[in-house]
Amino acid sequence: VSHSQITRLYSRFTSLDKGENGTLSREDFQRIPELAINPLGDRIINAFFPEGEDQVNFRGFMRTLAHFRPIEDNEKSKDQNGPEPLNSRSNKLHFAFRLYDLDKDDKISRDELLQVLRMMVGVNISDEQLGSIADRTIQEADQDGDSAISFAEFVKVLEKVDVEQKMSIRFLH
Amino acid sequence: LDYQHVQVPFEITLWIMLASLAKIGFHLYNKLPSVVPESCLLIFVGLIMGGIIYGLNDRSPPVMDSDIFFLYLLPPIVLDAGYFMPSRPFFENMGTILLYAVVGTVWNVFGIGFSLYGICQVKAFRLQDVSLLHNLLFGSLIAAVDPVAVLAVFEEIHVNEKLHILVFGESLLNDAVTVVLYKLFRSFCEMPTIKSVDVFAGVGKFFVVGLGGVLVGLSFGFTAAFTTRFTKDIRVIEPLFVFLYSYLSYLTAEMFHLSGIVAIISCAMGMKRYVEANISLKSHTTVKYFMKMWSSVSDTLIFIFLGVSTIGENHEWNWPYICFTVIFCLVWRALGVLVLTFFVNRFHVNTITSKDQFIIAYGGLRGAICFSLVFLLPDFHRKKLFIAATTVVILFTVFVQGMTIRPLVDLLAVKRKRESAPTVGEQIHIRFLDHLLAGIEDISGHWGQYYWKDKLEYFNSKYLQKILLREYDQPKSSIVLLYEKLERKHAIELAQAGQLGHGPAHPSFLCSGFLCSNNDRAVITDQKLEDTPNPDVLDNMQEILARNLYRIRRTGPAYNRHTLPGDSEPTEQAKEILILRHKNL
Repeated sequence: VSHSQITRLYSRFTSLDKGENGTLSREDFQRIPELAINPLGDRIINAFFPEGEDQVNFRGFMRTLAHFRPIEDNEKSKDQNGPEPLNSRSNKLHFAFRLYDLDKDDKISRDELLQVLRMMVGVNISDEQLGSIADRTIQEADQDGDSAISFAEFVKVLEKVDVEQKMSIRFLH
Repeated sequence: LDYQHVQVPFEITLWIMLASLAKIGFHLYNKLPSVVPESCLLIFVGLIMGGIIYGLNDRSPPVMDSDIFFLYLLPPIVLDAGYFMPSRPFFENMGTILLYAVVGTVWNVFGIGFSLYGICQVKAFRLQDVSLLHNLLFGSLIAAVDPVAVLAVFEEIHVNEKLHILVFGESLLNDAVTVVLYKLFRSFCEMPTIKSVDVFAGVGKFFVVGLGGVLVGLSFGFTAAFTTRFTKDIRVIEPLFVFLYSYLSYLTAEMFHLSGIVAIISCAMGMKRYVEANISLKSHTTVKYFMKMWSSVSDTLIFIFLGVSTIGENHEWNWPYICFTVIFCLVWRALGVLVLTFFVNRFHVNTITSKDQFIIAYGGLRGAICFSLVFLLPDFHRKKLFIAATTVVILFTVFVQGMTIRPLVDLLAVKRKRESAPTVGEQIHIRFLDHLLAGIEDISGHWGQYYWKDKLEYFNSKYLQKILLREYDQPKSSIVLLYEKLERKHAIELAQAGQLGHGPAHPSFLCSGFLCSNNDRAVITDQKLEDTPNPDVLDNMQEILARNLYRIRRTGPAYNRHTLPGDSEPTEQAKEILILRHKNL
């Protein structure tokens, strides 16, 4: 991440931090109007806060956003033995998976899927229709027959999708 | 029978009536507007009317007077566009828009001018007497993309917000460039010799015209805001101020030979925020409705007059020149878009895809502005040729490009989808990721203009608001405004149902409203699901999902001529999401 990108993110961080105490709380995020009308707004905000905490500092902010860095070509040839960078395809998918999986049991159960679906879908769909959609989704992905989607199954479903592009923000250079 | 007495207003009213009736007629046949854009149909009606008048009077029908067009018909449309322009996407893409508007137009002008001059050199076409200067003059008026035509066509096709604002913003802002170049070349035509000093003066003039227009517009806009601060006791004439000041800004700018379009847009954008805070709710609605009405009428009239003026003896047909004009218009626009997009994509965050580029290039429609400008040309012996060429270009772009753009867009979109139909799971997860990315984008504020925006906000809250707003309230975000609107609506509904006195105490209106609708649905009992849903159910599922999954923002057009901003689908979606979230909190 280049110096100018860090500076820009920091100025964004400080402009969000209305309390000016160097950390962001949930209210600071909720003040972003576009987030309020994003169906997944609350979950995205929660993803920034580590387990059980109510404040996130700049480091945590950057760390979460680092998942969305585009995958550069020169990184692909990097040393394979080192720790995987945060913005690898697998880590990006893991980030998305964690948004579904609230109870952190590494599986997306039917209920968790239903919750997300209900958030994403208009009010015109009945609960039973939603239930059948959720069942169908699990059925398509489930390979080990446990009626839930594990991380590996999640990855498999999205193998044809260009996740690198869909989960990347390109910053100004 | 005293016809002479009422002739002028009578005929004007008749024309407007004809326009409105034609509009009703089109919408009676549901299928027609989707195949043929409204503008084509209107020109067609105009052609018929022109033919009738020609047949009856046996002389050319009244040509649309340039004054009428520029002074009466154009301002309402531009005002409507400027007032309802969503400012956030506009300013976010301002750099790109300016690049396309200024550099793109200049490129087109010189490209078309020089290549046509090249054509004129060919002896076989008998066009030797059309000088370079004449060609450049013609190029300057034909190169400009017309906002009226663009708007009319782009409503039919569904492009994303960014693309819409790009083409639309470009068509509005290139007026400044057109004005300067046109007047420049025209004055050059009359001058015996041209020195390089004159060329530099021309370039300088462009900045004066553009920035001067903005200044004039902003000053009128702020004056309007200031005036509305004091209108608390005379609510009835509040809407009038909005229109009067905007029109004045247009006329003043034209008086000083500045760009009237830029002036009226900056006036509308500048005053919108403060005026809306100051005037009453009813006046606000009145302003919105009147603007839409006037711009609709103007729009219709322009196209009809375009059709009427085509018939007649104003044309000199020189087929090679005309054909090459059309070809060069297309070619140079495509080239310009390609080159400019190449530069834009290197500096910018979001790339403009080749499909977008195609739409931008193909959507460069010419319209009534070119037409009026060509009639304003000084009378020289080749004027009729230019008129003929302009007419053909306009008709070609509106009819051919207007009608085919939608099928082509669909074709391009379909081509990519044919790779594989997504499964239900994929559909859901992809949309999930899209929402996620949109949220992260908003959090990270990656558009990068926040420095200026914050500065502007600071300036605004410190100085402007104190002067221009009547009650110095905290600025409310659009979400809060939406919330309040819902609250009002619900209170009205409750009162109408007679429940305000009697209902049990609910924690908040939203919960009660949602609970009510939820109870209806709880009646549907859960059924046991089969193990393998049959294919009908599956297709149905995908269709249901496709229809009902919430859209990501930025996938709809930012501005629509025919509907008011509050009535569109994204707002409905936003309301639903807000209600859901409130229930979950």
